[in-house]
Amino acid sequence: MKVFIRIMIFSVLISMTYWGFSNYGIPQVIPEAPPVEEKISGSMTMDQYIALGGKIFNGKGTCTLCHNPVGGRAPLLVESGKDGAPVGARAADRIKDPRYKGKAKTAEEYIHESMVEPSTFVVAGFGKPGTNDTVSPMPNINKGSIGLNEAEIGAVISYLQKSAGVQVTVKLPTGAAPAAAEAPAEPQSAKTPEEAFGKHGCTTCHKIPGIEEAGDVGPDLTGLSARAGNRVKGLVAEQYVMQSILTPDAYTVKGFEPGTMPGDLGEKMTVKELDMIIKYLLEKKG
Amino acid sequence: MGFLRKGLFKGVSFRFTSLTACLFLLFFASTLILPVAYNGSILLNSALATEAPAPAPAGEHASPVLSKAEGKAEEGKKEGEEGFTYQPAPKLKVGDYPIVKGFNSRIAVWIVAQLHLWFGAFVLAVPIFVLVIEGVGMATKDERYDHMAHEFIKVSMTAFSLTASLGGLLTIMFVSFYPDFFKYMAAIFGKTMIIYAILFFGESFCLYIYYYGWDRMNKGFSKWVHLTMGLMLNVFGMTLMVLSNVWASFMMAPSGVDDAGVFTGNIWEAMRGPLWNPINLHRFIANIAFGGSIVGAYAAYKFLSAKTNEEKAHYDWMGYTANFIAIFGFLPLPFAGYWLMKEVYGYSQQMGITAMGGAFAWLFIIQAVLIGALFLGANYYLWCGMGRIKGSERYTPAIKYLIVVIVGCFLVWFTPHTLIMTAKEVTQVGGTHHPVLGSLGVMSAKNTAVNILIVSTFLSFMLYRRSNKIATASWTSTGNAIQVALFAAGAINIVTLGVYGYFIPANIRIGLSIPQVMTTLTVIIVSSLIDAFMYKGAKSTGPIEWGKMGPRSQYALFLLAVSFTWLMGLMGYVRSALRQHWHVYTVLRDNSLDAFTPTLGYAAGIITIAVYIFIALVIFAFWIANFSAKKHVEASH
Repeated sequence: MKVFIRIMIFSVLISMTYWGFSNYGIPQVIPEAPPVEEKISGSMTMDQYIALGGKIFNGKGTCTLCHNPVGGRAPLLVESGKDGAPVGARAADRIKDPRYKGKAKTAEEYIHESMVEPSTFVVAGFGKPGTNDTVSPMPNINKGSIGLNEAEIGAVISYLQKSAGVQVTVKLPTGAAPAAAEAPAEPQSAKTPEEAFGKHGCTTCHKIPGIEEAGDVGPDLTGLSARAGNRVKGLVAEQYVMQSILTPDAYTVKGFEPGTMPGDLGEKMTVKELDMIIKYLLEKKG
Repeated sequence: MGFLRKGLFKGVSFRFTSLTACLFLLFFASTLILPVAYNGSILLNSALATEAPAPAPAGEHASPVLSKAEGKAEEGKKEGEEGFTYQPAPKLKVGDYPIVKGFNSRIAVWIVAQLHLWFGAFVLAVPIFVLVIEGVGMATKDERYDHMAHEFIKVSMTAFSLTASLGGLLTIMFVSFYPDFFKYMAAIFGKTMIIYAILFFGESFCLYIYYYGWDRMNKGFSKWVHLTMGLMLNVFGMTLMVLSNVWASFMMAPSGVDDAGVFTGNIWEAMRGPLWNPINLHRFIANIAFGGSIVGAYAAYKFLSAKTNEEKAHYDWMGYTANFIAIFGFLPLPFAGYWLMKEVYGYSQQMGITAMGGAFAWLFIIQAVLIGALFLGANYYLWCGMGRIKGSERYTPAIKYLIVVIVGCFLVWFTPHTLIMTAKEVTQVGGTHHPVLGSLGVMSAKNTAVNILIVSTFLSFMLYRRSNKIATASWTSTGNAIQVALFAAGAINIVTLGVYGYFIPANIRIGLSIPQVMTTLTVIIVSSLIDAFMYKGAKSTGPIEWGKMGPRSQYALFLLAVSFTWLMGLMGYVRSALRQHWHVYTVLRDNSLDAFTPTLGYAAGIITIAVYIFIALVIFAFWIANFSAKKHVEASH
């Protein structure tokens, strides 16, 4: 029995060491939330459209996974490099390349073609190994895991042209306003739980411990940590709070009307914000 | 065939000859193989069909097996009939995922799938090396091998039932938590799932005959029949593995479907995805390493609890053999891993970079820690083992140099490329890369480190093997000189290729791993051959004194078992998590509440919980194994 206990302690300690290293020995990077289709509103201006292109380029489009100065896996697009000027500026020259066999007639068409049919023209040195630069390793960005729609592709092209300092030739999608306006800020995670509550308007309806502004349309969240684990059978406190935010009508606290709390917070909140809010609510006792 | 005459066919008047035994075997094999062949022909027919059913336009029709989200079944048309069309992958909403109170769907499926894989790996691996050990016993006429092989398979018997139970539980969970996903998969792979079930029966038949017939079928021709049963057990087991790998690899890199996920109707196209064979090879090798480490832990426990010297000697020898098997499987594993990752990059550069340079980059630092622990543990066990061999003193001074090299390689592998730092720290360091150590974080350095690590471990093993031998061949000095030159040239070549990698583009650099691997393999194979000839008829400095091992060495075996288990959990997680928010990558999107990728700390928590459950179940399996009668332990080790 003594041997058995020793072995068990030893095995548990080894596992705990690996767990500890994974939690405290390396940084906890919070991966991006699953991407959603961008909504192109009727009142969008060109500057907003370009800003949206930048957001897609750096996020959902996953362009920077390869088109970055570190890995050297793909030509640089928004900055100058050994491949020449940014793509917005060099695109017109690509069409004149003797190896080019595509259908594009303009720089804009060339960029579009290289996004949806990347193997049409492969920049020398960037083809799949063994294909003599005839097959690109890049996926068709209007299909598969990226799956951008035409409006999103247009936004990226406009961003690439703007970054290169050339004239933006992309037309705004139908319904968007042509007049220039202030570009929307890049959506970023709130830095603190308090900021997240404010950003998503939680305090308009709820009283939240530690925050002065409070509403009474929704339940008072003071002391939530004590009761959250007992609200719904089978859900621990954390799961209950997560469910209440993401699918608020799954359970409605007695005395409150279902359908009052917005059901699209899951689409608006970043994973980091959701995590911060849950932790805050469950840690604040008073 | 005495056992059949006396037992199974007692009183039957016909004579049992070798011919009738062969006929019996043939008949038996036919009963198992015919259903498989029949199903195989169905598969082949659809594979060779010249005209696959035309894919349906998205959203128009729905097959009887598809989700409510996509519409109703096409009336009167069944699969295989003219006009039948397959449907696109459903577009799911949060509400399409049933919530079962008390369960988090993802965590439940995650843990059960991982437990099923661990036990599956174990029960697939053990019969492979049991068959080899039994064969060695037959060839050398040394009964100790036979007894050890029998004990190995005994340990895996309960694990076999646990694997099946966990497989059933996993299926129920898929149906309960992810019904639309399961329907989509079953619509494409339904036939393979039925074949899988039939094969499982075949495997069970063979396993039970193989295990329960061990003592009766142990002489003369019946031993050959027994060995054949073992071979068939492995054939069934391997086929089961490659079949289930089809589903996992399809989820990562779907083939045989169009962009909307419409099945083209050709099952062979769906099966032979780009990652199928790399995963087959990787799992096959990993299973052997994992299985070896688990039976090693069993032997270590028995060694530490042993009351007599005979028992200690037996389990020491068993532990040594299990460790040998684990390391034998472990050494080529990184190469299989490279092939898998190369194919991942080939299939989708985006997926490859997400793994190695994106969200999961830090996971490979955890992997480095685990593999470092495995190498250090395995080498430590070998060095301890040299203590039980007279004559090993000649080689012990080399150990300190090996430690330096192995720890050095481990540290290189462990070094991350970029560091997450505060703005102040970035200013102090001068960038996100450490000016000197940052260059050790790239693949060139890591490939070099792992190859040197493998060569060093092999050198440890070679020294161990030589410990009680003195070569008597006339060309011994020349042979030794050639081996020294071989190791030196190999090390120089590996390091030079690694340094060269810094000066060439990334897509070409990855190709350098092949000559590095070839160098490592050449060193291992050529020096093994030289050793085999040079030590033929060598003088012995004394027998290996089995059982004379300190308890600490046995803890190294536990370290190996727990680390292997944890490592498998980690790598299983990343293989699956690479799909990110997709059930079937690019085809069937995961729109459940749990579609986000968790942090590594969170994943480590789940893996640790699963490891604890696995350890508990393994202890249960070992405990059950000890219920059966204890074998007489040979005293003459």
